[in-house]
Amino acid sequence: MSGARTQRINTGRAIFLSVAFVALVTLPYWMSGIYYVNVSSQILFYAVFALGLNILVGYGGLVSLGHAGLFGITAYAVAYLLSVGFGHTLAVLLALIIGLICTAVYAALSLRATGIGFIMITLALGEILWGLAYRWISLTGGDNGINVRTRPSPFGFDLNSATVFYYATLIIFLLSVIAVAIFVRSPFGAALMGTRDQPRRMNALGYHVWAIRFWACLLSGLLTSIAAVLFVYYTQFISPQTTALTASAEVLLMVIAGGPATLLGPVVGAALVVVVKNVVSGYIERWNFLLGAIFVAIVILMPEGLVPGVARLWRQGRRALRRRRGAAAVAAPAEPDR
Amino acid sequence: MSALTINNLCKAFGGLRVTTDVNLNVEPGERRLIIGPNGAGKTTLFNLITGEITPDSGSIRLFGQELTTVPSRRRAHLGMARTYQIITLFERDTIERNVALALLGLSKARWNPLSVLDRQHDLVDRAHEALHKVGLRHIADRPLTQTSYGERRRVEIAMALAQNPKVLLLDEPYAGLSIDERRDVQQTLRAIPRDVTIVMIEHNMDVALDFAERITLLHFGKVIVEGTRAEVVADPHTREVYLGH
Repeated sequence: MSGARTQRINTGRAIFLSVAFVALVTLPYWMSGIYYVNVSSQILFYAVFALGLNILVGYGGLVSLGHAGLFGITAYAVAYLLSVGFGHTLAVLLALIIGLICTAVYAALSLRATGIGFIMITLALGEILWGLAYRWISLTGGDNGINVRTRPSPFGFDLNSATVFYYATLIIFLLSVIAVAIFVRSPFGAALMGTRDQPRRMNALGYHVWAIRFWACLLSGLLTSIAAVLFVYYTQFISPQTTALTASAEVLLMVIAGGPATLLGPVVGAALVVVVKNVVSGYIERWNFLLGAIFVAIVILMPEGLVPGVARLWRQGRRALRRRRGAAAVAAPAEPDR
Repeated sequence: MSALTINNLCKAFGGLRVTTDVNLNVEPGERRLIIGPNGAGKTTLFNLITGEITPDSGSIRLFGQELTTVPSRRRAHLGMARTYQIITLFERDTIERNVALALLGLSKARWNPLSVLDRQHDLVDRAHEALHKVGLRHIADRPLTQTSYGERRRVEIAMALAQNPKVLLLDEPYAGLSIDERRDVQQTLRAIPRDVTIVMIEHNMDVALDFAERITLLHFGKVIVEGTRAEVVADPHTREVYLGH
């Protein structure tokens, strides 16, 4: 009985994922206009960012409000290294390493606390990074930011084309989703979720709770850094605004709105936020207001987030439908008399 | 060599001395019962033994090995397992996953981010084996949210047993159970082989007295009486501090 149900859910999910996959791969062919292809690229790299944050927020139970700071470090590192004459490959590799080292420091400092304490330390660290970006003008250019003049051409594919950039982002996005899917099902993923639910018990069972959280931070930081590289090549510009608290809050909103501790929740959340920010803002000046209203609606109607919430409504709808059909079947024998 | 040796253990929370010069010696294979009124410091003593809190002074040894400086998580690897008075389980998971997490805690595989946990057949088999011991194997794949209080108590015990401990610390394993459930747990505990040393905190005298060979009576953080079942029950102090008259 429950096996059949799981089977049906799996089939439903497989169909949904296949349709989504085909839609993503063919997107430049049916999406009208380069503008929307670019918006799609944005959704995908923000989704990678949100997937990274979800490792901590959803699976680790550690809410970080400073991830835009980490995102900014890698983005600035790419931009700066390019501006002083490094090649693309070296700049990206070094920037990822710098991003990871900074994440390690960030984790070591903020993991001294959990809960509200963790949020406040990450918030403070994010603000420090924003302050550095804003005031360390010799390195970051201050408010003027740093321009990135060229996009690379990996394996001869010119990323200046919106479509090629989209496909490059899509490949990295898919690899990130697969990586997170593997991680979540792994023993280490289970251990991380254990430290979220019962840290004291996990410690008594022989787990090194701090170390588990630290490695989870690094994985989260790696995805964040990868998203930052895509971001900086996409906008070809980096300024302190990218590292600001609002940016951290936005990506946290993606995770919470989409459904923390789900694989696809952050992706849906990223799509929601990016679409409201880029597309709807063309029609409504106060798009922040709309985003806030949507968030309030999500919290009231489906506090578990969009993806689990819609799944729940879908199940309830099906069950109600089946019940009605069942009632009709019971009533059916009376019909021939009419 | 004793399984568990505690010497002059002291712990104070501010001005409140919850453990005062406690000495305890538990022999391998022994079944030891720790009794005492509410607030006597029984659970604190467990927390000190497992290292969840650090003592102010004194020493704890497990089969002769000094534990005082060993972090609490390492003590699980040295053969110490415990259950909690307040049920501390993984609410979002199935019974099987709860026990698998207990097994994984002692396995190197816990650091592996690439394999699939549910396909670690060895782990799953051992989890089922532990669940068999507590009579829950038939509902192994049930989510924890759909289990009764009594079943959860037994999951607690299964998780501790799964770790194959040398010393098992049971913190009120009968708390809140019905008579039938108590009997089930009692059978489970009786079936534990003698190579496991058991220290149990329990209020429920009729089931616990029957189980224990030696009894330690704690009161205001001090050991008041210690001895065999008959000695402790007959001691006037026991009547006075524990039975209340």
